[in-house]
Amino acid sequence: MCGIVGLLLKRPALRPALGELMLPMFIGMTERGPDSGGLAVYGDRAASGERRFSLYAGESAVDWDAVAADVRTRFGQSTIEINGNHAIVEVNAAPEAMAQWIAEAHPDIALLSAGRTMDLYKDIGAPGEIAERYGFGRLRGTHVVGHTRMATESAVTPAHAHPFTFGDDFCLVHNGSLSNPNNVRRELEHQGVSFVTDNDTEAACRYLGHRLNEGDDLETAVTRGFSVLDGFYTLLIGTRDTLAIVRDPFACKPAIVAETDDYVAISSEYRSLAALPGVESARLFEPRPRQLYQWRVQ
Amino acid sequence: MNFDLASQSVRELNAYLHGAAPDASVTVTSPNGAHNVAVGVNVPVNIDIQGHVGYYAAGMNQLAKIDIHGNAGPGLAEGMCSGEVHVRGFASVAAGAAAHGGLLVIDGDASLRCGISMKGIDIVVGGSVGDYSAFMAQAGHLVVCGDAGDALGDSLYEAVIYVKGSVASLGADAQEQAMTDDDHARLTALLQRAGFAHESHAFRRVGSARTLYHWNADAEQEY
Repeated sequence: MCGIVGLLLKRPALRPALGELMLPMFIGMTERGPDSGGLAVYGDRAASGERRFSLYAGESAVDWDAVAADVRTRFGQSTIEINGNHAIVEVNAAPEAMAQWIAEAHPDIALLSAGRTMDLYKDIGAPGEIAERYGFGRLRGTHVVGHTRMATESAVTPAHAHPFTFGDDFCLVHNGSLSNPNNVRRELEHQGVSFVTDNDTEAACRYLGHRLNEGDDLETAVTRGFSVLDGFYTLLIGTRDTLAIVRDPFACKPAIVAETDDYVAISSEYRSLAALPGVESARLFEPRPRQLYQWRVQ
Repeated sequence: MNFDLASQSVRELNAYLHGAAPDASVTVTSPNGAHNVAVGVNVPVNIDIQGHVGYYAAGMNQLAKIDIHGNAGPGLAEGMCSGEVHVRGFASVAAGAAAHGGLLVIDGDASLRCGISMKGIDIVVGGSVGDYSAFMAQAGHLVVCGDAGDALGDSLYEAVIYVKGSVASLGADAQEQAMTDDDHARLTALLQRAGFAHESHAFRRVGSARTLYHWNADAEQEY
């Protein structure tokens, strides 16, 4: 079991309250995912030419000021926002160059994500604790993709928590389990895609991300995925300007959407949507199996 | 008697309903998608639920009349034996699964696997049903006023399906069959009880071809 939550704000005036609106949704899925949690939040942030990199130090005691100085030496002008064992660096650097540099210069730091508009947080613990740790309630932005995890197929570590990311500004969370992640991983590795964990969701994330890199649009990538990804899944996907959901052909894992003029809210269950303002008059529906639903930031 | 699930627990509600002598009429407010609302009731009470419910609402119901003014999550009225459950919105997957009796009415759509392995319940869906509905259904009736998804009635036993709209595909061993006078009478009565104004003549009957009833050693065994 796991919980998925997504929220896209249609009304720009609400964007400063993205975290506050999302928080009860995220915590509301604690019973479905008590062991880990995470989210990707999208906003209009990085100056042109720059990227934002989410870094995570876990249990390691990291001197972030020293890291910031190293980043400046290696990549030039940069800023850093430090939040406990998590930091966001904004700098003009290619994702591959940053990944390689971090692995060599600071192997105790994990690079969680790269992008122009996406920040990423994930950790182990109860969703409420994680939200408190990183101040999820204060997040601002256009849309958010969140996940609460109850691990069934691979270890409980921060790296195994969702969301998983690929390239710039692409993230994915998953409720369900895949039966062929090792095959998917092996075939992708032959095509030069590298993996961080043995998690099944990472295989789905890298498969779809790779297809997008190869020129597919999301609809085409997901349609191909129906014959490649075997198992149960409700996938919630974030890109720079899109929030999307798709369910496997058997609709084994739940999902419900509440849409109003102000927002699109998605969750595994209605109970985590119940605190949203105006939800009582929202259009509620369950996504049909094998159909991709997408909403764009306006 | 009123239970407000914003301040009271589902356990308190269900313990009351299972208690010695619950009121003849019980109202539940702020269900907000809670699981297991009004499960295992075994007395003839009217339960009015004002909002959406989560997993397994009205499961194993006997005798009670449960009215849900909202949508229902997975496994609605699973294992019901008697009584009546009415959902004013839509129902998620596996509504009425494995239920032995009673009447389940869903005003909106029902998702996949509606009536899976039903064993005597009558289900009337005002909207459409998803794929694999009435899979291995053994007894009872599934009435679909809208359309049916793929593999309707796959591996049917003796349950009977009436569909008004289109059928995406029939499952293995399910076949369209002629409507008899008995079918018209039964369907008319069910539609009337459920509060739908459709004519029985607008429906088609789907039943079992009974070719899977006996093991056929000469068959290719490719089902």
